[in-house]
Amino acid sequence: MNIDDVRLSADLSKITIDDKKIDSYLTDMQDILKFIEQMNAIDTDNITPMAHPFDLSQRLREDKAVAQIDRQILQSNAKNIENGLFLVPKVIE
Amino acid sequence: MHTKSIKELHKLLTDKKISAVELAQHFIDRALKHNPSLNCYINILSDEAKQQAKIADDKIFKKEGSLLTGIPFALKDIFCTSDMLTTCGSKMLSDFIPPYDATAYKNLKSSDMVLLGKTNMDEFAMGSSNENSFFGCVQNPWDLDCVPGGSSGGSAVAVAGGLSPVAIGTDTGGSIRQPASFCGITGIKPTYGRVSRYGMIAFASSLDQGGVMAKSAEDCAYVLQSLSGYDKKDSTSMPEDVPSYTESLNNSIKGKKIGLPTEYFANLDDDLKQIITTQIKEFEKLGAIIVDISLPHTDLSVPAYYVISSAECSSNLARYDGVRYGYSAKNPKNLEDLYLKTRTEGFGDEVKRRILIGTYTLSAGYYDAYYIKAQKIRHLIADDFNQAFAQVDILLTPTTPTTAFKKGDKQNPLEMYLSDIYTVAVNLSGLPAISIPAGFHQKMPVGMQLISPAFCEHRLLNFAHMYQAQTDHHLQTPSQVPQEKIL
Repeated sequence: MNIDDVRLSADLSKITIDDKKIDSYLTDMQDILKFIEQMNAIDTDNITPMAHPFDLSQRLREDKAVAQIDRQILQSNAKNIENGLFLVPKVIE
Repeated sequence: MHTKSIKELHKLLTDKKISAVELAQHFIDRALKHNPSLNCYINILSDEAKQQAKIADDKIFKKEGSLLTGIPFALKDIFCTSDMLTTCGSKMLSDFIPPYDATAYKNLKSSDMVLLGKTNMDEFAMGSSNENSFFGCVQNPWDLDCVPGGSSGGSAVAVAGGLSPVAIGTDTGGSIRQPASFCGITGIKPTYGRVSRYGMIAFASSLDQGGVMAKSAEDCAYVLQSLSGYDKKDSTSMPEDVPSYTESLNNSIKGKKIGLPTEYFANLDDDLKQIITTQIKEFEKLGAIIVDISLPHTDLSVPAYYVISSAECSSNLARYDGVRYGYSAKNPKNLEDLYLKTRTEGFGDEVKRRILIGTYTLSAGYYDAYYIKAQKIRHLIADDFNQAFAQVDILLTPTTPTTAFKKGDKQNPLEMYLSDIYTVAVNLSGLPAISIPAGFHQKMPVGMQLISPAFCEHRLLNFAHMYQAQTDHHLQTPSQVPQEKIL
């Protein structure tokens, strides 16, 4: 991992890392990745990956609309709403 | 009053020696008095507590109450509470008022328990010391210069300091058990899927699980009973029957096999090893058979955990965009700028670090080498436990490699991650585990962990209760918080 990888990960994550802090982020992340790479000490070619702790699939529900929380209440935490819509800065000028 | 068990408080309430309103007021008074030094509550809910206590008193008067009616509790500020601030220890949610209740909270309200306040925590539950909270570090009541552990440090301190008889926490990699161990209380992390995650703000969805922190296994049993159960609103909730956790508390453990995983003791500090070895003899006195066992992939659990949890964190925290709820940066130049400023200003350093690691390990070219590899290791770790439980009824380990450390001692993130070395494998495998007080080292509490097969919380509580019935480590209280007699 190098500085460019940190910048790319930050860009993908929509986070800005201050230039003054970027070296410290790089050092921490390099240490963490080096530690994580201990996993390479064993061969896992014939092991299946496990995403769920009991190796189960996600349970699905019927695709049917159900009564949910009132729209106005749901939007009460938004900073900018108008006529039931969320307002954001203009995307296309 | 604040050192009494739930059963004792219930008796006082039903015998009319105290009302639920008076009981809530007692704990609110203690919280208001000691929170400035302990900082375990983000929000003390005096008015709401009195309202809920009045309802409980009415039920008690009509003899319609349960054992939990009128019992006060504290709730980690990761659980949504409608019309009450829910911050998750973050600037990002510092003004967030959820439009609904978490199922876990709803269940406790249905049992007529009384919410005293929302407890402090590491931001988005990411941390092992509670130093990552936007609302400041929590102090350990056994030594105010020491951390309480994390991320449920506020909940642990509320119980240890006598600011609540019981508290609810969450555990993604040890966040109930590690602070329970550091603060000298009992903390149970149930099986993945046992307690609903609906309304529990997500950190790592395949690992997060809510649970109980209290003075004893018996108190944990009463509250876990109310907290547990299938919830159709949570697609990861498991439809398993919930047995009675209290009926089996006093079952004999004679002839039961306790496995000691050699990997968990190999590098343990000699003094802690000595303390835990002495406590293992208490289980032998109860007739349990102690056997050595191996969990060979233990040393890979922390690396696999930090890949999986960071990947899930990066995905889950993508929702914080400054548009729908939570912190929103001022005067953005455009939509991209709104996202960037909101997330840069709203998240703390540790959360950003984990998002970046998660994003990196999920990105093209690295996905197989890190994320898929970690999921394969997870399979091996789960298999280790399955094989162990074919030979023994329960596993016994230390909860943490050290007692509570001093604030500021672990500046290096990796060093902090290693404090979870004995707890994360349980989360990767979805198993239940409990930390119980096992004694003291240099005046600081030492914890001991029991691990059982999935959905066997009753077995954990039984073993822990039988141990606590003949020991008194769980009854010790810290002298840093005065035990004044108000009632």
